[in-house]
Order: sequence, then C-alpha cells, then structure tokens
Amino acid sequence: MITAQPRHLRRRYDVVVVGGGPAGLEAAVAAQNAGAAQVLVVDREPEAGGILQQCIHTGFGLHRFGAELTGPEYAQRLVAQALVQGVDIVADACVLDVDEQRRVKLMTTASGIATVDAGAVVLAMGARERTRAAARIPGTRPAGIFTAGLAQRLVNLYGLMPGRRAAILGSGDIGLIMARRLVLEGVEVAGVFELMPHANGLNRNIVQCLHDFAIPLYLSTTVVEIHGRERLEKVTVAPVDSTLQPQLAQAWEVPCDTLLLSIGLIPENELSEQLRLRIDPATRGPVVASTMECSRDGVFACGNVVHIHDLVDFVSAEAMLAGTCAGRFATAAPAPADNVRLLSGENVRYCVPHTISTEREHTVYLRTLRPLESCELRLVEAEGNVLYTKRLRYVFPAEMVTLKLRPAILQKFHGGTLRVDLVPRAFPEQGDAAEPSFPLSAPDKRPGGEP
Amino acid sequence: MTAHTTHYLCIGCPLGCRLEVEEEEGGQAEVEVRGFSCRRGRDYALQEHRAPQRMVTTTVAIDHALWPRLPVRSQQPVPRQLVPEICRALRSVHVVAPVMLGDVLVENVLGCGVAIVAARDMAAC
Repeated sequence: MITAQPRHLRRRYDVVVVGGGPAGLEAAVAAQNAGAAQVLVVDREPEAGGILQQCIHTGFGLHRFGAELTGPEYAQRLVAQALVQGVDIVADACVLDVDEQRRVKLMTTASGIATVDAGAVVLAMGARERTRAAARIPGTRPAGIFTAGLAQRLVNLYGLMPGRRAAILGSGDIGLIMARRLVLEGVEVAGVFELMPHANGLNRNIVQCLHDFAIPLYLSTTVVEIHGRERLEKVTVAPVDSTLQPQLAQAWEVPCDTLLLSIGLIPENELSEQLRLRIDPATRGPVVASTMECSRDGVFACGNVVHIHDLVDFVSAEAMLAGTCAGRFATAAPAPADNVRLLSGENVRYCVPHTISTEREHTVYLRTLRPLESCELRLVEAEGNVLYTKRLRYVFPAEMVTLKLRPAILQKFHGGTLRVDLVPRAFPEQGDAAEPSFPLSAPDKRPGGEP
Repeated sequence: MTAHTTHYLCIGCPLGCRLEVEEEEGGQAEVEVRGFSCRRGRDYALQEHRAPQRMVTTTVAIDHALWPRLPVRSQQPVPRQLVPEICRALRSVHVVAPVMLGDVLVENVLGCGVAIVAARDMAAC
C-alpha cells in the first residue's frame, strides 16, 4: 500500500488525528470534508490501517461499503480515500503529548521530535488487550502465553507460529478467529474456555471457527493454574459456580505449550489522562458530548479509545461524526452545546455519547449488563416519567445496542437528565436473568461430520 | 425408514436459533426444518445442510515487502470441506512484491473453480 510520507511537517494543522486505524483515517477524511484544509494523521506503525491489517478474515464493511471485506481490504479503502483527499499521514511516529493549547508533541523516525499546533485534535488511539496480569491467573511464568491479538499479528503478518498445541481462554471474537487460524496453520487447539455461562463472540464465529473444526467450547470454565518452567507445559482448568468461583475439586489438566488470552480490550488512554480528560469508569474511555468532543475544548475522540465496538462499521460511523465536528471546530463556529445528560440505568452498562441535544438527531450506543430475551428500552426523566420506549427482541452484552434518536422524540423534553433503562418484559419474575433460556453454544452437536 | 436429525446454530442474528433439519434416510428432497424464527433461518439451515460454503482467508509468503506474509482470499465462497486442503496448498505459494489488491495468485485452486486473490496492495521495498 502506498503510504506517502509528507516531506516535512507543517507548523500548524487544522486537525491532528492521533492514530491511523479505521477511526483516525475516517475522522481525518470527514474533517477535510467539513472544511479543514490541513489534516495530519500520526501513526506508530510503519503503515496506516491499524489492527485491520492483521484481521485477514472477512466480515468487515457490510454497513460501511455494502460489501463483505477482509480487514486489509477495508483498511486499504480508508487509506486510499485519505490520500486522495490530501490528508498527510506520518507513519513510524508517536504522539508524546497534547497540551491544553492543543500543541501536539510527536516523535518521528524520519525527523525526531517536533511540535505542531492543532486547531482541533482527534484522539483515535484504539485499545489494548487485557493480559494475564489483568486476569490474575496463578502459576509459573513460562514462555508461550500470548494475547490473542499478538498471536494474530505473529501469524498473519510475520508467518510465525506461537506453538504446537494451544488452549484459548475467553470466547471473544479474536480468540475464536485465532482458534480457526491456528488449526488451518497446523496447530492443534485443545479447546476454548469461557468463564461466563454464555459465549462472548458472535454466533457466526462460534459456528465457522469452532463447530466447523470440532474445537470444543467449555462454558463456565476458566484457567486456574499455569504450569511449566521455561515453556508452558499445561494449564489446569476448572468449572466455576454461579458466583464465578472455581470448583477446584472438579479441575482437570490440559497439556499445551501455548495459551492465548481473549479476555477483553481496554481503551488506550494514556494521552487522554495526560490531558486530564474526564474518563468514564464504565467505558474506561473519555466522556464525550454528542459531537464526540471530550471535556476539553477542541479535543475529540472516536473508535475503541472511547468504548469497545463490535464492528468496525460502527467505528467508521462514529469517527465520521467526530471528524466532521473537529473540522468545523477548527474552521468555523463550534456546534451548540448539549442540554441533556444521559445516565446508565437498569441493566445498562454504559451509553455513548454521555450528553445529547434536544435539537439534533443522535445515534446512541449502549451495552447491556446481561442477556435479556425480550425487553424494553426506556428513556426516563428525573421525575420518573417515561419519555420514550422501544421494544427489543433480545439484547446481549457482546452486541452493542444502537438507538437512533430524532429531535421529535425529545420535543416535549426541555433538557436535564435522562436515564436509560433496559427493562425485561416477558419474564419479569424469572430467577437468574444472566442465564439465557437458549444456550448459545453446544460443541456437542456439530453439523455434518467433517471439516 | 428412519429419520435422521441434524442440528445447526443459526448465524443470521444474535438470537442464535437452534435449527434442526430432519431427513428421511435414503430420501431425496424430503427434509423438514424446525426451530427457525424467520425465513433467513430456514434458508440458512437448508444451505448448511445441503452444501455449506465458506470464504477462504489465509496468507502466502511474499518477498521484498513490508511484511513477510501477504493476506489472500478466495474470490467466492468454496465448499466448506475444501477449506483446510486449500490452506495447505497455499503454503507452498510464494510471491514477490509488488502485488496489487485483486491480483490473481492461483487461478483455479484445487480445481474447484475459484481463484485466490491478493487482499491488499503490497509495494516492493
């Protein structure tokens, strides 16, 4: 891919974008379309495109491009679009600091440390994987323990195999995708172990990555000990009870030289913290207004640095909004302020953005705390009046709920605080809402016989 | 005649319906699909039962490029049972940069009528 490096950095850019993944590239183009003449994207990899470059499987772009693309194909479209628009992309570079005056200090491989002034800044740093330390898995510290995304990078970009026999902890999509990838590369996969009673990945991946290859999925099971001195030799796994406590009496051992961790992503917010942006403890990303502006003027954020998205297509949509608003901020009057604060209520883990306006149309993304089979989404005023309801057939923690809010819905509301609730409808008295009545996976009943 | 039931998990939406396809042994077209809650689910069960198809995505070795591996894909889906064999066959493919997205690397992989193409540009360096 052609990633033309700008010959020299300008002193000032209308918009500086930190991160050249899908969020950053999409925001840069949107900023340019909104009137920003000079836009710079800074990326620390040798080429732009972000994590898409190692996601070689298909499933990207159905919403954004109306076609089912691989990650590299999606990335290439975004890079091409940015270069055609005249966006400057500087690769092999790292943003060290952004200050209150939006002076961006960066270090580039080509020309050392530089400072550029930005009319607006877009934070699009993405996320990091949770590691063994975050999951606090006891045992020795041998080689052979990888996060799933690192293994994906080694296999798909470098052609290096992480080991010969792998166990996978966590049923997130990256873990499921890597299970298939390893099998296709001749690595044996002993199984996928998931702490929760439900799978965390898409059904599509359960079927096409596990069932197709007869890889067992153990729900309500976790790794309780790691063994091996130089190299991983085996892991001990155990079922967990309803309070997620391991039942050590029922533990068993799984011989393996490799353990992949697919146990979640954490927004990468070192720069946000240096800038003292307000951070939402639920998303672990910056608090954002309906324009994707953070708690400092002229600093915007989008993509996984704000909250973890399921689909890159949603990242694109959010980044276009952030880029448009950043471009307008840098070149014209900023958008009028929001007058509604959204609070996460019953069963709602978080909603983004954190504030909206009764005057404009919004897309609100939210995530449920637990699977609910039939429920109602409610917007509730401080006094308890229900302003709006929407029936949902199902909600899952692994699937973001998208709520389109038109100004008409908020017409009678004059601002203040709105609580977002997800209220079960059909089975209000059912004991444990965390247990869906339809189990999400059954490795026991596989289709066909082959792969 | 005995009936034979096969189970599938629908991938159409997060509901994940449990699909069952019942087939008379030795029977030709007579199958019964159960467990779906929409038309797409029914169609999916029949497709999976009769001729499951998958897209192939893997990498091949590439020289003189930014990375040592080039992502590739099948231009169309292939019969599911061919996927592992196709991936094995592609391990011996070796290309040299530059490569452009969509370049045909293997014209008719394993004679199944589907081409393997590059999934990105990779410049020579």
